[in-house]
Amino acid sequence: MGRLMLASALEEIVVRHAAREGPLLPILHDVQREQGYIGEADVRRIAQALNLSRAEVSGVVSFYHDFRRAPEPLPVLKLCRAEACQARGGEALARRAEERSSGRVKVEPVYCLGLCSVGPSAMVGDTVHARLDPDALDALIETIA
Amino acid sequence: MRLFISDDAAAVACGADRVAARAEALGLKVIRTSSWGLHWLEPLVEIESADGRTGYGPVDPSDLEALLRGELEHKRVGAIAEHPFMVRQDRLTFARAGRTRSLSLDDYAATGGWAGLERARAIGPAAILEDVTASGLRGRGGAGFPCGIKWTTVRQATGARKYIVCNADEGDSGTFADRMLMEGDPFCLIEGMAIAGLAVGAGRGYVYIRSEYPHAIAKMEAAARLAAPLIAPFEIEVRVGAGAYVCGEETSLLNSLEGRRGEVRAKPPLPAVEGLFGCPTAVNNVLTLAAVPWILAHGGEAYAGFGRGCSRGTMPIQLAGNVKHAGLFEAAFGLTLGELVYDIGGGTASGRPVKAVQVGGPLGAYFPPTLFDIPFDYEAFAARDGLIGHAGIVVFDDTADMAQQARFAFKFCAAESCGKCTPCRLGAVRGRETIERVIAGEDRAANLALVEELCETMKFGSLCALGGFTPYPVMSAITHFPQDFER
Repeated sequence: MGRLMLASALEEIVVRHAAREGPLLPILHDVQREQGYIGEADVRRIAQALNLSRAEVSGVVSFYHDFRRAPEPLPVLKLCRAEACQARGGEALARRAEERSSGRVKVEPVYCLGLCSVGPSAMVGDTVHARLDPDALDALIETIA
Repeated sequence: MRLFISDDAAAVACGADRVAARAEALGLKVIRTSSWGLHWLEPLVEIESADGRTGYGPVDPSDLEALLRGELEHKRVGAIAEHPFMVRQDRLTFARAGRTRSLSLDDYAATGGWAGLERARAIGPAAILEDVTASGLRGRGGAGFPCGIKWTTVRQATGARKYIVCNADEGDSGTFADRMLMEGDPFCLIEGMAIAGLAVGAGRGYVYIRSEYPHAIAKMEAAARLAAPLIAPFEIEVRVGAGAYVCGEETSLLNSLEGRRGEVRAKPPLPAVEGLFGCPTAVNNVLTLAAVPWILAHGGEAYAGFGRGCSRGTMPIQLAGNVKHAGLFEAAFGLTLGELVYDIGGGTASGRPVKAVQVGGPLGAYFPPTLFDIPFDYEAFAARDGLIGHAGIVVFDDTADMAQQARFAFKFCAAESCGKCTPCRLGAVRGRETIERVIAGEDRAANLALVEELCETMKFGSLCALGGFTPYPVMSAITHFPQDFER
């Protein structure tokens, strides 16, 4: 993650999606998957390729919570902060996660992982974790830190 | 000996993959199925014998050897289909849950799959619309709009092309039925979309899935590839959201699909007339579309035979939060909230008294146990200043602070507002500040009156349900739990 993408790699992503209807989100997803974020230079090149203004592309990138405009150096733990996890002690767990992870893991809120029957829940990459208690949370943080 | 273990994300998050891996290491044949929806028992392991499948749960990898020796009796659940949680249900949309492998076309066809599409092809668009209208099916995403009327509008609209858009941006806390359906029975959704395409004259469909659902995305993409020849010439493509709650609103979702910021569009024009890329578009929730194959296979009248009043058919209700028996409960409309929370849900998981339930996601009202006589249907909830929404029920015990929940509702709205309309964009921020003053004890009565006035403005002045319904959790918390605002 966080490595710079070659212009040819971005070109390849754009070509892969260009024929689709509304190709911008699929392109942005692929760019982020490839290099971990969507930088200013990427915005400029995507805008040019799709015949959009930089403001349009930039506006889309900034609108969606998923898209990062700068690399994230730390591993990311997405912790559900929505009501169903709140009802199962999620807020106390979130405070603990902040304390335990300081500087080693980036704890980000996510509003619902659809695991509301087995909360509190979290996601690291595409891996999901449920029924978190303080011990399980600590272990998870130590695993990814 | 064969073991059945679910590969639903809820089961996997509870450790089902580790259990399956251990079982395979012990030389057992493991079949990964969808989840029955009895989530408090996940990871659930079913062992096959001459008498059928016997369930055990929740199973830890270290339990397996004891299970094989017949020494795991304390975790024995018995036959899942005969479990009290199952026998009270009317599983129409979730008929295959727990029983089939989600990506097996053989399993799907062997359990009545494609019968609805086959009949739809035989009877043609007019008769399909008649059947769907007769079924009384209403939008399961929350709005409750009659599906037959929406589809008829798209059918009659003129455009260069038409689209079916499946709204799988299931962002409401307490809901997971869309996720379960897409992960567990993706062909059912695909069949429903193909029938919808026939009914309205659309050649292409999109499934817009939120990015927080990687398992559902993978299953739907695989299922769409496998089913492509069976639904041709109709085509389905999966698209992935990017973490914006507001994209669950249909016009915002359409903008997102087009590659724009997910801002809400003013209505009219309705998407049915001018939707995706300006073309007539039927936007339906996963559960609405997934109900359609059953309706076409069994007839609209049969579906309308379930339910009460203007709420016909079944609703996949999701029991979540602090509840003992959390999971998926599909039933005809009409059970009371109390039956759902106590009789079926078994009360709180913590064992403490129930303080409140929030029904319908972050924009739904909080109800105290004194209102648990409300029957589960669209109109009954509206009459009590609430909504059933996507039918998620989140249970809270008596440690919950409803003033904090009201504050959270505003905070969530502020974080997720698309910014298009002023009542939502500014109202959510000012609402949170004002509630915080109430909590801090600053001029309580005056500030509560201000919140109420602000809620009126948001309710009637917002463009969509995000700003328009945020007043439901806020005002219900203030109305039903005044003591929490006086501490």
